[in-house]
Amino acid sequence: MPFMPVKFNLQKRVKLAQGLWMLYWFSVIAGILIFSLGIFFKIELRKRSEMMDDNESHLVPNLLILAGMLACGFNAFGGKVCHDSLDPMKFSKWKPMLKTYLQLCCGFNILLVLVSLLCFLMQFSVYLTLAEGLSYAIRFYKDTDTPGRCFMKRTLDMTQIEFRCCGNNNFRDWFEVQWISNRYLDMSNDVVKDRVLSNVEGKYLMDSVPFSCCNPGSPRPCIQHHLTNNSAHYDYDHRTEELNIWTRGCREALFSYYSSLMSSIGVLVLFTIVLESVDMAGLKYLSTALETMSEPENPECESEGWLLEKGVKETFSDLLTKLKTLGRTNQVEGGDAPETPAAFASI
Amino acid sequence: MALLPVKFDLKKRVKLAQTVWFMYWFAVLAGVLVLSMGLFFKIELRKRSELMDNNESHFLPNLLIFMGLVACSINAFGGKVCYDSLDPEKFAKWKAILKTYLVFCVGFNALLLVTALLCFLMRIPMQFTLAEGLRNGMKYYKDTDTPGRCYMKRTLDLMQIEFRCCGNDNYRDWFEIQWVSNRYLDFSAKEVRDRISSNVDGQYLMDGVPFSCCNPSSPRPCIQAQMTNNSAHYSYDHYTEDLNVWKRGCRDALLSYYGGMMNTIGALVILVTMLEVGVTVGMQYVHSSLSSLANPEDPESESEGWLLEKTVKETFTDIMDKMKAMGKGSKVEEGEAAVATVS
Repeated sequence: MPFMPVKFNLQKRVKLAQGLWMLYWFSVIAGILIFSLGIFFKIELRKRSEMMDDNESHLVPNLLILAGMLACGFNAFGGKVCHDSLDPMKFSKWKPMLKTYLQLCCGFNILLVLVSLLCFLMQFSVYLTLAEGLSYAIRFYKDTDTPGRCFMKRTLDMTQIEFRCCGNNNFRDWFEVQWISNRYLDMSNDVVKDRVLSNVEGKYLMDSVPFSCCNPGSPRPCIQHHLTNNSAHYDYDHRTEELNIWTRGCREALFSYYSSLMSSIGVLVLFTIVLESVDMAGLKYLSTALETMSEPENPECESEGWLLEKGVKETFSDLLTKLKTLGRTNQVEGGDAPETPAAFASI
Repeated sequence: MALLPVKFDLKKRVKLAQTVWFMYWFAVLAGVLVLSMGLFFKIELRKRSELMDNNESHFLPNLLIFMGLVACSINAFGGKVCYDSLDPEKFAKWKAILKTYLVFCVGFNALLLVTALLCFLMRIPMQFTLAEGLRNGMKYYKDTDTPGRCYMKRTLDLMQIEFRCCGNDNYRDWFEIQWVSNRYLDFSAKEVRDRISSNVDGQYLMDGVPFSCCNPSSPRPCIQAQMTNNSAHYSYDHYTEDLNVWKRGCRDALLSYYGGMMNTIGALVILVTMLEVGVTVGMQYVHSSLSSLANPEDPESESEGWLLEKTVKETFTDIMDKMKAMGKGSKVEEGEAAVATVS
């Protein structure tokens, strides 16, 4: 008893082939979209790899690029087969490959499921990488003369301006690091000496933030220095002042950006999986409809198409028996091999 | 003697009609492009209209939008006519209007050329608008509590960050105006009172710039205040310090941005004009080759197509005569009407 059989006449077969051909070209476009999104994601990760301590995992974008290319290839081939299916001579050369092709498509769908799962799960690893990378970035902000870190200041400033954020968790992270290079500190000055001596590590700490933390929407000119000292500025209360500098932390800002990107890509991959499954089902119906023509010479005869030749349970048990026989054949071959040389010897 | 005559048989006519139809669809796309460029330019002007004192001229983008719409409709009509030209019955209904259509096309092409020229020339009034607008923008930077100007600070800050510029001509423009609102100045402090009394207008001037002038590429944290005072900062010489704040003035930056945009739009409009001239010439050949069939009943007969029926000089004198005749015709009509009323 075939699984979900459908009766086909010539008109229905032609309509199915045409509809499936259009669907395959749609899927090719979806494949191109996934490919380009993979490249875009890779570029975005590269752009801010300094913020992630050059340690970010490129697994997801690489898989997306691979999946996009495979999708294009598989779907273009499927479209070609559909296009040829209405001509019996052209279709006969594709017939033997169809079974392997459908199995490959099945495997590809499983890969796509894996990719979409990774899109949602790898967000945790991005979060952790960002936390690590940003704390290093803030520490190396002042090292504009150290090769390999000289652009850290610029990158961090541009990130804070672009993402409207300040510090790792919030602006107070800047109070805990020395973000002014010693080259610009007058060590003979008493104030500087006091500050440097006031903490164990001898760092010049202050309650100030860099200019990139400033919020342009503030009604008053930006207050960067002596942030916690109300008397240092006229009519200023640091507890109620909200618009002066960005209150959001950069880890949160960057993470929400990347997580929304990864979530949308994941949703798109899920949509592609549905599309691919529909393509596979359509191709299975088309190939079975063309194989079971009651009169192969007469193109207008009736035929029947199905999804599976036997029921789901029977197909599953068939697969299991096949796997078992494969295992057993290996064992039998192992047993036969030592006998044959003896047989030859006896001849 | 016709200008640039070409002999046509059926095959050549069909090929010509197909090519011109194809070109007309390209021209429709070009019209859509001109329309979208006009819209983009209008949006960009609106986005920064505060910096141009809400005084900027929207003439050019409106003209581009209008020309884009007209181009789309003209070219779609031309494409339809070309499509029908191979069928004598369908073509007969278009034949009558074709001459007027071609004259209209020639006029439209001339207008396109004028638009392209305007794109290149509009840079000059834009320079004055920007200079005025930016000066006022900086004056109203501190008025974050005045309705209508409360967003000037944010607009100016975001613009200086985005275009990497500072002030009108350069950063010293900020030294000449008060950009800190009086609400945040402590008038009981001696320093503040000294500064205010030190100049005629009673403004709080200082040699400092807003934070948006800071250059992130500077190796040292940004020096915004007391910029001309070398002793206020360690190891600082304001004559040699290059990377601290943006050196470019915002008028220059905005002008080069808008100027570049207008140059690109002008170049594209010139290309579209050339395409339009091409399709007009093609349509003239289609029209003349179909109207000069040797044997109107037989579609396979030979015919001749031309650019102008007579030579350039003769066509010109013809047009002049027609205009004179029209002038005389209206005079005669008036004379007759007068005679008629009298009698």
